[in-house]
Amino acid sequence: MKTAAELAAAVASGEVSAAEVTAAHLERIAAVDGQVRAFLHVAEDAAAQAEAIDGKRAAGEPLGPLAGVPVAVKDLFATVGMPTTCGSKILQGWLPPYESTVTRRLRDAGAVLIGKTNMDEFAMGSSTENSRFGPSRNPWDLGKVPGGSSGGSAAAVAAYEAPLALGTDTGGSIRQPAAVCGIVGTKPTYGGSSRYGVVAFASSLDTPGPFGRTVLDAALLHEAMSGHDPLDSTSIDAPVPPVVEAARHGDVAGLRIGVVTEFSGDGYQPGVMARFTEAVELLESLGAKVTEISCPHFKYALPAYYLIAPSEASSNLARFDGMRYGLRAGSGSAEEVMAQTRAAGFGAEVKRRIILGTYALSSGYYDAYYGKAQQVRTLIIQDFDAAFGQVDVLVSPVTPTTAFRLGERVDDPMAMYLADLCTIPADLAGNAAISVPCGLADEDGLPAGLQVMAPPLADDRLYRVAAAVEAAFTRRWGHPLLAEAKGLKGLSSQ
Amino acid sequence: MSITRDEVAHLARLSRLALSDEELDHLAPQLDQIISAVAQVQEVAADGIPPTSHATGLTNVFRDDEPAPCLPPADALSGAPAVESQRFKVPRILAEEP
Amino acid sequence: MTVTYEEALQRYEPVFGLETHVELGTRTKMFCGCGTAFGAEPNSQVCPVCLGLPGSLPVVNRVAIEYTIKIGLALNCTIASWCRFARKNYFYPDMPKNFQISQYDEPLCTDGYLDVAVGGKTVRVGIERVHLEEDTGKSLHIGGATGRIQGAEYSLVDYNRAGIPLVEIVTKPVPGTGLAAPEVARAYVTELRDVLRALGVSDVRMEEGSLRCDVNTSIAPRGSGEWGTRTETKNVNSLRSVERAVRSEITRQAAVLDSGGRVIQETRHFHEDTGVTTSGRSKEEAQDYRYFPEPDLVPVAPDDAWVKSIAASLPELPSARRARLIESWSLSELEFEALRNAGALDVVEATVARGASPADARKWWLGELARRANDAGTEVSSLPITPAQVARISELVAAGTLNDRLAREVIEGVLAGEGSPDDVVAARGLAVVSDDGALLAAVDAAIAGNPDVAARIRGGRVQAAGVLVGAVMKATRGKADAARVRELIMERVSS
Repeated sequence: MKTAAELAAAVASGEVSAAEVTAAHLERIAAVDGQVRAFLHVAEDAAAQAEAIDGKRAAGEPLGPLAGVPVAVKDLFATVGMPTTCGSKILQGWLPPYESTVTRRLRDAGAVLIGKTNMDEFAMGSSTENSRFGPSRNPWDLGKVPGGSSGGSAAAVAAYEAPLALGTDTGGSIRQPAAVCGIVGTKPTYGGSSRYGVVAFASSLDTPGPFGRTVLDAALLHEAMSGHDPLDSTSIDAPVPPVVEAARHGDVAGLRIGVVTEFSGDGYQPGVMARFTEAVELLESLGAKVTEISCPHFKYALPAYYLIAPSEASSNLARFDGMRYGLRAGSGSAEEVMAQTRAAGFGAEVKRRIILGTYALSSGYYDAYYGKAQQVRTLIIQDFDAAFGQVDVLVSPVTPTTAFRLGERVDDPMAMYLADLCTIPADLAGNAAISVPCGLADEDGLPAGLQVMAPPLADDRLYRVAAAVEAAFTRRWGHPLLAEAKGLKGLSSQ
Repeated sequence: MSITRDEVAHLARLSRLALSDEELDHLAPQLDQIISAVAQVQEVAADGIPPTSHATGLTNVFRDDEPAPCLPPADALSGAPAVESQRFKVPRILAEEP
Repeated sequence: MTVTYEEALQRYEPVFGLETHVELGTRTKMFCGCGTAFGAEPNSQVCPVCLGLPGSLPVVNRVAIEYTIKIGLALNCTIASWCRFARKNYFYPDMPKNFQISQYDEPLCTDGYLDVAVGGKTVRVGIERVHLEEDTGKSLHIGGATGRIQGAEYSLVDYNRAGIPLVEIVTKPVPGTGLAAPEVARAYVTELRDVLRALGVSDVRMEEGSLRCDVNTSIAPRGSGEWGTRTETKNVNSLRSVERAVRSEITRQAAVLDSGGRVIQETRHFHEDTGVTTSGRSKEEAQDYRYFPEPDLVPVAPDDAWVKSIAASLPELPSARRARLIESWSLSELEFEALRNAGALDVVEATVARGASPADARKWWLGELARRANDAGTEVSSLPITPAQVARISELVAAGTLNDRLAREVIEGVLAGEGSPDDVVAARGLAVVSDDGALLAAVDAAIAGNPDVAARIRGGRVQAAGVLVGAVMKATRGKADAARVRELIMERVSS
């Protein structure tokens, strides 16, 4: 299967039609998604979308940069004509009467929105096991999780069901699935891509971002989806950083790279650390100047996140009450119907976080919990500022382990939360961060990712580093990492 | 113990979640564990540290007082569990607005 | 045990406060571009944002901020240099997100005052804060007897109103008003309404809900130095209700305390028909709204230049206008109040601007025109006669072309649509007869027709001339100048 960059070029040149490309991917989805379960909904009009692109090309009209390229969409982007469930029973079958800015921009860029992907309910989780419609599976090993909350999107890309996918990253929900599925995933600078039409989990943290099998692919999607949106007050009014340009010119000579001291040690799978260490050595061999940087408050990032995010979520999810849309369950007064609807419509993790958030915001507890967490957030930003005063990017593993087994952490919320250890700080600070594959762990042959973090609006720096790493590793391995996915070989054809 | 089962039940009521006894039995100890863990933030000395509510540093983002197209009523009401007289029909409300 | 209001005030001192919500007259809603027109079809002025659909986001209406700063400046407040919106979290079907975007501990304006004139005295009502929030939708409660929540089977919700910008103005507690508490409360709302109208930020119609008041009332034994428990009264929908609600609450609380009970901190509902309040919801357990800064909005930081330009654009406020007119027209407080209460300030000022004397302008608008407006069930300002026309009529009277009686006929003609004052005078032939020749005939006729009266006048009873004047006025259908007629009579009777 071609990459998105190759497909876009092929469609633009006429070498292949958009209809053929879409048909091939729909076939692939039909062949493998029964096992991968990446998709909650396949677009009924995918072929029609592709035909429209071909029509434009035939009429000599200008095509967008992603014309004819299929993109899978995490099911929390509002899409007209396709349901938006957020992985929840409370929105099962909900057809939004409006479109998110990001998906509209992709349509304008000529992309074919091929379907909506599975996710942890309302983006709360690290494995997709919190989806009320069943978990997705890791194409590398169908008994393992694809990560979360954007697990469906990551699995779809890793299984070649779509070359590109949209996700959102709040505590690591793009980077962690990318790492455990052996693909590239980016959390753009917060505010770099519009949240209008993205169902909110934690408003001050949610960042829509791209998945791709290659660094260039992710950059293409990153660029097409990003930019200021007057409908989103938190959207940054500045040019999109030149990420595609950077992805085409991977180079780390002279770059100052900081290894975060705190992200190592106990709890980190040795195979993951080994691949990370190799990646750092590789960067050094490519001319980067590597030092160790301590970010002392990073160890409080996890507890701060698990106060701030649930607090915002408890408020964001209050609107789901059965009065205006979605599930209405139970009987009696409005108050009773609201409570019964929410009890029936929400899963356990969502309920846990709503209660946690309500607690943290309660009068009497606000200062010690939510208020304190926001102060910790300031300290983490200060740690980043100090670090970026000395280095251009920070690196770390993306997540302490490779993909864990389905069912392994489902009854242990705290164990599940630990998957976000390394990814959370960038979310709290609003920085840009990327996960790029850096090899397979010896213990289980499963992928590990290298996390690169940059200051806000320096997203291009991520792609410069990631492209250099990808090129060097691919040369070393002789093939892209995904070629080694045993699970993929088990998935029929292609 | 950071949080009791009764407190969890109270919070559930506040957030309009009709939890069963079984759910409460299951969730309460988990929440207790989680709250103990997140209470770690209190270890951080933060006197004089301002809280961050917005990471971007943006201020004064406005729109002009200009009309924009709104939804046709049919779209606004699409998805409504019950509709009457072009309004959202909701079950009887017990209490007055707070 | 009942007690009268006056009895209550002998033993207790009242303290009151007012929370007023004002719907701003912006073209669009607070956080989205939906229209704000009153009376549109249900759910026809809504969008994903004001419906709170999943994924929607608010964006602040700049003009709403400007209007709020205007209000704060007019109320002598400090304008915040940096403030945030906050979420007020609670569940209620008329709130689409089940939280209201409002302001909590960082209101846009704080610490001001409004001077209110009551019975010739000035009371300074402190303003605690002025902040911005979004309005909720409206519910119809179906199935109950009264259309209220109690006994309803279900409700129907219209979100057209949801998201309209609402300014909340909270006073500091107002003590020391004694018996006048109800009047002061009413006067405050009246003055506030006039300020808001002068600023052009709202049409402030209490009957349409664009101005809503909640009244807080408490009493404490005279001289105790303490403040009592306060209640909040809602559903106060007119100026008169403000006065009645304060009065009724003071009286009710006094009766409670007199009988040894205690006043419960609660929300009460005011009833227009009975003029009393009934218990609504207990506020004993204060609602925890779990306020936190609104993460979907960034802080508002009005800079000096913006605030100064808004200040420079403030129109003359009612208090300044009052001071100016009292001085330049030499009015008493009561005379000014009369003008203001009749809604005649604008038309009188405009009439004076057209050349009439203030006294004449007031005389016509508060006299003949006010009477006619009353009869027609309308406001003086709505009558089909302009200040320029009234000034012309006044001018004609001063010139002697018209007398008061004729002037009233001209007014009638103008109101009836017969044209300008000059048109009416010409068409109806209403000019004062000033030609002595024409008058002499009538004078002679009157003298001839009333010989005994003429004799009495010759005999020294000068007052008797009044009869002859009357006769001449009748004969000329009022078009004579009475003073001149009298002169001519005196001349002719003795000749």
